[in-house]
Amino acid sequence: MKNKWLMFLMGLGMAVVVGFLSHFMFYTTGEDQTLQMHTWLGLTVAAILTLFIYTFLYKDNPLYKFAEHLLVGTSAGYYLVVYYHNSVKPNMIDQIVAGFQQIGQMRAEGTFNFVDGILTNAGIWAIVPGIIGFLILFRLSRKLGWLARYSFGFYIGTAMGMYIPVGFQASIVEQIRGTIVHSAAAEPTPVFNLVYFGEFFSHPTWGGFVQAISGPLIIVGIFCTLIYFFFSKEHTGVFGAFGKVGIWFLMVGFGASFGATVMARISLLIGRMDFLINDWFKGLILPLFGGG
Amino acid sequence: MYKILNAFLKINRRWIFLLVLLGVLIPLVLGKGLTRSYPGAEVVKVYDFLNNLEEGDIIILSMDYDPATIPELNPMARALLRQCFNKGIRVVSLTLHPAGPGVVITLVDELLREYSQPGVNPDGSVRPVREYGEDIVFLGYKVGTAVNILALGEDVRLSWPQDYAGVELPAYGSDPTQTTLPLMCDVQNYNDVKCVVTISGTRIPEYWVAYGYQRYHVKVATGCTAVMFADFYPYLQTGQMIGLIPGMKGAADYEELINRPARAMVGMLPQSIVHLMIVGFIILGNIAYFIVRRWEKRGGGDR
Repeated sequence: MKNKWLMFLMGLGMAVVVGFLSHFMFYTTGEDQTLQMHTWLGLTVAAILTLFIYTFLYKDNPLYKFAEHLLVGTSAGYYLVVYYHNSVKPNMIDQIVAGFQQIGQMRAEGTFNFVDGILTNAGIWAIVPGIIGFLILFRLSRKLGWLARYSFGFYIGTAMGMYIPVGFQASIVEQIRGTIVHSAAAEPTPVFNLVYFGEFFSHPTWGGFVQAISGPLIIVGIFCTLIYFFFSKEHTGVFGAFGKVGIWFLMVGFGASFGATVMARISLLIGRMDFLINDWFKGLILPLFGGG
Repeated sequence: MYKILNAFLKINRRWIFLLVLLGVLIPLVLGKGLTRSYPGAEVVKVYDFLNNLEEGDIIILSMDYDPATIPELNPMARALLRQCFNKGIRVVSLTLHPAGPGVVITLVDELLREYSQPGVNPDGSVRPVREYGEDIVFLGYKVGTAVNILALGEDVRLSWPQDYAGVELPAYGSDPTQTTLPLMCDVQNYNDVKCVVTISGTRIPEYWVAYGYQRYHVKVATGCTAVMFADFYPYLQTGQMIGLIPGMKGAADYEELINRPARAMVGMLPQSIVHLMIVGFIILGNIAYFIVRRWEKRGGGDR
């Protein structure tokens, strides 16, 4: 309860501070004041919320919770509006309205018939996916939740039907091919190519060495990793040794992924700090006090 | 010594956060960045492909990301657009991410302002004038990743009858003088574009490969966050992607290639500092762990 009051007061305080500063900004800028104020307000709210979120690094606290709940709420509202305007309205409501308008026009002209008015009227048929989509909402009911299964069944069925042929080709067939030939090359060459070893031994260079061993590494890596995931036989003896090599390859893969993840997360921190320092502090706050 | 090493192993994580923060803040406050980047082969492939296109050629730029991944993906999108604008490559941009329109329209507006007057680029090259409708069009967002990629293989107007601003797309092959979007008179489906460049922090590039490349054989290049990079690498080996721009490093590489250092290049100095810091922590942590473990096995402890 105490936290709720604290969060309310913080939100109110933030609104007052931002409002005051925006008001100050509004009366101290020259032309295009409204635009300036909106920019100022937007950047300042973003900066304050960023700082609220980063307080979590010290420990969980009401400032963080406030910003987190605000994000969840605004995101939900945003996505609702986006999906309504990009999917529900143009693909269903507008279609159905157009379908009924077509029927109305045909009736007025006295040309209405079942085939043209209903069967070939695409707008009217938009009711069907509308009903299927509506059934998903029954997930919220314990008694009628089973109705949603039809919608999910339809969705999963169509999605699988669309994806399996191309997905199998893209992710399995092409990848198997990639372990046999270098398909990206202008003229595909075998992955395991002894010519590269010959070239390396006749003119030893670092690049030649990498080129020579990359193909065999791919083949050994795939073979050993697949053995590691083969659980129908006990991992002992030669079989176990291959499995161990498979683990090494997996570890190298995880290490690369971890390194990449660190880079991504630090990039996000850099982006936020860049925003706070350059866009907000140097771009907006310092000029207010005659600096920048 | 034992106590020091043991304390090091149990260090409060907040000290690490603080060091990482300082490693990022100090270079940014001082405004220092790396002076150059050494582009990876997978980034050069994207650059070379676009650089070898003719003036007037068309590409699809699918900017499928949200504000959360702006620091990594906006610099590469900006660099790609600058390359296209300088080369005269026309761009049909769109987004398959629901939170994408705000990000994309801000970036497109920024670049159109930059290219609104003739001038000179920082590297001394001529900066041409580029206009919305003629050199770039933004179609906006539509729900349904796979469906929209498939629709683009038939006719772009099936999914996007209008652009983001609600202007009706002209019919394919119609008179370009009669519309405010003359670029779209030349675009019907993948046959009219040289490639698709998808920039994303999600798995959407895999959809472009599966539905765009496999189904319609359109060339696909990808810009992605560093987290996704390892997942997309196999598509390079098989030629399903013509190139890959990974994370902030890839963006810095691209800025280097177009000779226009910008935010990614500035970000790479703190990035390098923090990486060195983390490598140092891992090495020191491991050394301390093994020493402490050895002492404890020998029955020692308080030394």
